[in-house]
Amino acid sequence: MRAKRVWSALGRSWLVLSTVLVVAVLVLFLVHIARQGWQVMGWEFLTDRPRRGMTQGGIFPAIAGTALVSLLTVVFSLPLGVGAAIYLTEYAPDNRATRWIRLAIRNLSGVPSIVYGLFGVVLFVDLLGLGTSLLSAGLTLGLLTLPWIITASEEALKSVPRAYRDGALALGATRWQAVRTVVLPPALPGILTGAILGLSRAAGETAPILFTGVAFFLPFAPTSLSDQFMALPYHLYILSTQHHSLEKVRPIAYGTALVLVGLVFTLNLTAFAVRSRMRRRLETAR
Amino acid sequence: MDEPVRIDCQNVEVWYGSKQALHGISIRIPSNRVTALIGPSGCGKSTFLRCLNRMNDLVPGARTRGSILLDGEDILSPATDVVDLRRRVGMVFQRWNPFPKSVFDNVAYGPRIHGIRDKARLAEIVEDALRKASLWDEVKDRLRSSALELSGGQQQRLCIARALAVEPEVLLMDEPASALDPISTARLEDLIGELKERYTIVIVTHNMQQAARVSDYTGFFYMGRLVEYDRTQTIFTSPAQEQTEAYITGRFG
Amino acid sequence: MRDSIPVTRRRFRAGERLMEGVLALCGYTSVLVLAGIFVLLLWQGARAFREVPLWEFLTTARWDPTSPEGARYGIGSMVASTFLVTLGAMAFTVPLGIGVAAYLSEFAPARVREVLKPAVEMLAAIPSVVVGFIGIVVVGPAIARLFGLPNGLTALNGAVLLTVMALPTAVSLSEDALRAVPRDHRLASLALGANPWETLVKVTLPAAAPGILAAMMLAMGRAIGETMTVLMATGNAPAFPSGFLSPVRTMTATIAIELGEVPHGTAHYFALFAVGFALFVISFVVNWVADWFIRRGRRAR
Repeated sequence: MRAKRVWSALGRSWLVLSTVLVVAVLVLFLVHIARQGWQVMGWEFLTDRPRRGMTQGGIFPAIAGTALVSLLTVVFSLPLGVGAAIYLTEYAPDNRATRWIRLAIRNLSGVPSIVYGLFGVVLFVDLLGLGTSLLSAGLTLGLLTLPWIITASEEALKSVPRAYRDGALALGATRWQAVRTVVLPPALPGILTGAILGLSRAAGETAPILFTGVAFFLPFAPTSLSDQFMALPYHLYILSTQHHSLEKVRPIAYGTALVLVGLVFTLNLTAFAVRSRMRRRLETAR
Repeated sequence: MDEPVRIDCQNVEVWYGSKQALHGISIRIPSNRVTALIGPSGCGKSTFLRCLNRMNDLVPGARTRGSILLDGEDILSPATDVVDLRRRVGMVFQRWNPFPKSVFDNVAYGPRIHGIRDKARLAEIVEDALRKASLWDEVKDRLRSSALELSGGQQQRLCIARALAVEPEVLLMDEPASALDPISTARLEDLIGELKERYTIVIVTHNMQQAARVSDYTGFFYMGRLVEYDRTQTIFTSPAQEQTEAYITGRFG
Repeated sequence: MRDSIPVTRRRFRAGERLMEGVLALCGYTSVLVLAGIFVLLLWQGARAFREVPLWEFLTTARWDPTSPEGARYGIGSMVASTFLVTLGAMAFTVPLGIGVAAYLSEFAPARVREVLKPAVEMLAAIPSVVVGFIGIVVVGPAIARLFGLPNGLTALNGAVLLTVMALPTAVSLSEDALRAVPRDHRLASLALGANPWETLVKVTLPAAAPGILAAMMLAMGRAIGETMTVLMATGNAPAFPSGFLSPVRTMTATIAIELGEVPHGTAHYFALFAVGFALFVISFVVNWVADWFIRRGRRAR
């Protein structure tokens, strides 16, 4: 009986300690980055370009590059992903072909990001002749985020009550009319959530853009789809491992990390807010 | 039957996968009358109702056999255009399901998807449909507010108005009052009485008093079969089958 | 007026058909992409074996494509490195992941859970470069001090950091698996006089085991495929790893380091695609196993 109690106490403390440890580590990391990064933060840091071999100035071209490539990513993957989700929830028959699609989506979400990078090099950079460019990188990231967009959109579409579809179809709506008029509108916030999360993922990825379009240093933001671009994650990588005087650029590296984490967290929190607002609205609708 | 027939069903059978849900249903539904389908839950009455506008097509694995003639045309034929069919055969569901749109947009939904764009014409159709559903006086000042703010009974009548706005010939009602309070139910029953002047109505209900009150003909379903079909008065006073009598006198179901 | 429309004449709706076709195409894109990755990587990778013997690639450990005495293309040491770092990460992830998931699903008050679950999911949003950066500035130096090494960029560093990357997947999916266990099971156990801990160990965890295994497999898949973190934090010595305190260079890191520098179309370039293909196959197998566990878990229920 005593042994039983001891085991139980030990076990429960394992659970609590794991949780405390994980949370503490997360908080410590973030606080560390925030405190160190804050020291270089300022208007100039966000709007100026890197100067004096990146030891001074700001990171504006990297911010602009990341913003552009992420937007481009979503421009590619959102229509494709929403289309696929609509097909799967509203049209696809329950057969072998559909199961293949689902299997492919699950597998794609597990493909390492560097493998997407290799695929992008062969397909977009070489075979399609797009070169290392904003476009190639955006397309590569578009494919990477596709499974996430599909999954989020599918969830959003499934949360729309069946009664809406039945109601529309019973009035003589065609399937597409029903989807367009009564299924998509209530699903939009959920789809938006997926898009924002896709944006955040694209902003944080490095490996897929490594060989498809990102550049070590450029003084300006890209002006066309065929330009190379700087990106926040790659800039952080350069500053922390590839620079000739690592110690000198460390404050700027911290600043870059803070901007990147801030960007990604803001996007995630936005998605979270949209999702919980949508849940509340759907509940009152019932 | 000495009345003009609107829907003539011969030997209708429905399977869900390998499970047979309906066995050889043959029934003739008269024009401009209310036909009630009664029976215990799971007896197949709703399944049968959903054959009449081919809503069963939406159930994966569902198959339908037999023939259902609507004004002489076989709607089970593969050549049938279900979109046109559903325009002619409207449906009201058990659980009212207005779209999360305004009152006006709900009623205008059908005409709009069928291509009516003219605003004046739409306003006319909406008012007409709401009047037929005896909802106009209650909602005429709040056409632009959300349909979800109406009471349950109003939402159900809105769904009827929505169905009427596409000018159907037949109106199917799947237990339309089962989730309504008694006052709303009474209003709905009055409405059904008014609507039969213009429409052929088929109503599924598990409330026998309701069937007796609103319908001209009644069909009793049991375990996927149509046990008995006759004038409502006959069914409720001198049913031919023992099972029917047992059910309407409340001995099972 | 509508009554005159005959219903038994199926109309052809071009727009409707077109839309359905477009949507189906979107649906099949995923299959195309997956097949495309497989085919293109296989095609590019296979071209390496015109010059590099496949046997040497698969069975030897030394990777030295620029060696003056003749290029060597053995995948062995980087595979060993990948698995060393991944296994190290899983050694932390499994107990921690199950611990956090069990705490969240069985013991945490609702309000704590509402805050912590999204927090764990936020952990997944941290970009891998940032984790790698933390490895350079915080975890690496700590390891160096702890073990008296000149430099903390080791397999152990990578394992700790990959734990950060793998935990969100592990916790989130394990917690889902635990919560999917019917309440009745737990109540029955508690009614028989078992305390909550015993109920967890003897009833809930075994019932959720397939789901938890799947979660761990998927977390492992993330660790295997992770690039930037290991690239930045494990020292990148292209030798066979001699332990957790040695620097290592994984498959992903090798591709990331070398692909940018080799001329397209050389044996070295294609050999990197062969490595990529191997990585793809490994992640595919890991996912497939996870899928198998998920399906098994569903059938058991």
